[in-house]
Amino acid sequence: MKKYFFWILFLLVAFNISAQKFVLENSVITFFSEATIENITAENKKTGSMLNAQTGDIAFSVPTREFQFEKKLMQEHFNEKYLESEKFPKSTFAGKMVGFSNTVKGIQQVKASGKLTIHGVTTSMEISGTAEVQSDKIILKSKFIVKLADYNIKIPQLMWQNIAEQVEVTVDFTYKPQ
Amino acid sequence: MKKLPLLFLLLILVQTVKGQDDLLNELEKQGPTEGDYTFATFKGSHIINGQSVETRRKGELEFIFSHRFGLINEGAYKLWGLDESVTRLGLEYGLTDRLGFGIGRTSVDKTFDGYVRYKALRQKDKGAPVTVTAMGTVTYKTLPNEDDDPVLASELKAEDRLAYVAQLMIARKFTTKLSLQLNPIFVHRNTVDQDVENNDDLALGFAGRYKITRSIALSAEYTLRLNAKENQPPDYVRYDAVGFGIDIETGGHVFQLIFTNTLGMFERYTVTETYHNFFDGDIHFGFNISRSFQIAGKK
Repeated sequence: MKKYFFWILFLLVAFNISAQKFVLENSVITFFSEATIENITAENKKTGSMLNAQTGDIAFSVPTREFQFEKKLMQEHFNEKYLESEKFPKSTFAGKMVGFSNTVKGIQQVKASGKLTIHGVTTSMEISGTAEVQSDKIILKSKFIVKLADYNIKIPQLMWQNIAEQVEVTVDFTYKPQ
Repeated sequence: MKKLPLLFLLLILVQTVKGQDDLLNELEKQGPTEGDYTFATFKGSHIINGQSVETRRKGELEFIFSHRFGLINEGAYKLWGLDESVTRLGLEYGLTDRLGFGIGRTSVDKTFDGYVRYKALRQKDKGAPVTVTAMGTVTYKTLPNEDDDPVLASELKAEDRLAYVAQLMIARKFTTKLSLQLNPIFVHRNTVDQDVENNDDLALGFAGRYKITRSIALSAEYTLRLNAKENQPPDYVRYDAVGFGIDIETGGHVFQLIFTNTLGMFERYTVTETYHNFFDGDIHFGFNISRSFQIAGKK
């Protein structure tokens, strides 16, 4: 009897863990860079992400080639020369959200600390943002600064547009249960 | 039996610890997205004299300005050929990322050209191994006009001045630095001197580029004529077009510095009318300069 109880409990817990996983329904990552001649923005809607609502574990993976620029030539240069997306096709983040509770409804301030990998370089990063738990959705929003030098991304000298040394990244994720 | 709850606790613990990296691994397993197409197989729409697989992106207008000077081996008196030059001015526009068209005008034979270029297959990380672009061109030579040669000009009808080109560009970007291209070309000239020239000519172009820095690449091109007539009278001896170049890219410009034995900046001339032999040292210096403008189709 005790044995059965254990297995039932185990199944319940196992089921519970998998039920807490959320995947992306909608996502937009944009970056904005202030430059002398013109500001540069690009938008990416092809991010993949998973969130464990119980533990606060979060991971996302951004395909570099899916950043859409207004100027297609700039997009090519971004991929070919700066992010080298053939060598490093994805930027990733794996971390844990502190201050996140899946039982608190409404907007809460959270901080995700973990490892951010861009251009093949991994750094420890703390990203602040907000989380909103709805009945069957979780919405995460954040804005943070990425310094190009930290990720060994060269800043071109022979360019019409000077790329700023840091870019502002805006994240807007809407999750649904897996 | 007593040990079981312990084991159970351990299991839960393992579950949580491996959490975040596990999530990332699970994500990575979802494989490549649609955007894994190869880009920048070549820098320009032209490799040297010939065409590349590259089409203009949607809404992008490219202005191409090409120059070929005289022969370098004409020596110092003619400033190694720089005294004379022929020019092509061209525009190419991308209707979509894969379909585009262009027009151009070359001072050689005062020739107009118009073409449509379509990227039929795109190389992908996990997918098509090559990019294939098809291109059709019409050229019209306006030389001679009535002032140049009243007799000949009145004899020539419009169709006599027309030539057509159909070609395929098949290229693979092997590494981030090395790209190679095969280029079967078919040229039809409506009117030729059939004793010494073909109406229909076939050629196979070989081309490649190797990047030596992020913005500089070396390129080479050889156009092998497949059905050239043998034993031609001296005025009609023709050669395979050969070219070597250096590509320099700066922002919206691509500069291509070129050494070649042809004045052809369109296929009719390159394939069928190249009358200098590269290996005799009859080499022209030249350049292609392109400037890209995004004029429509934002995002």
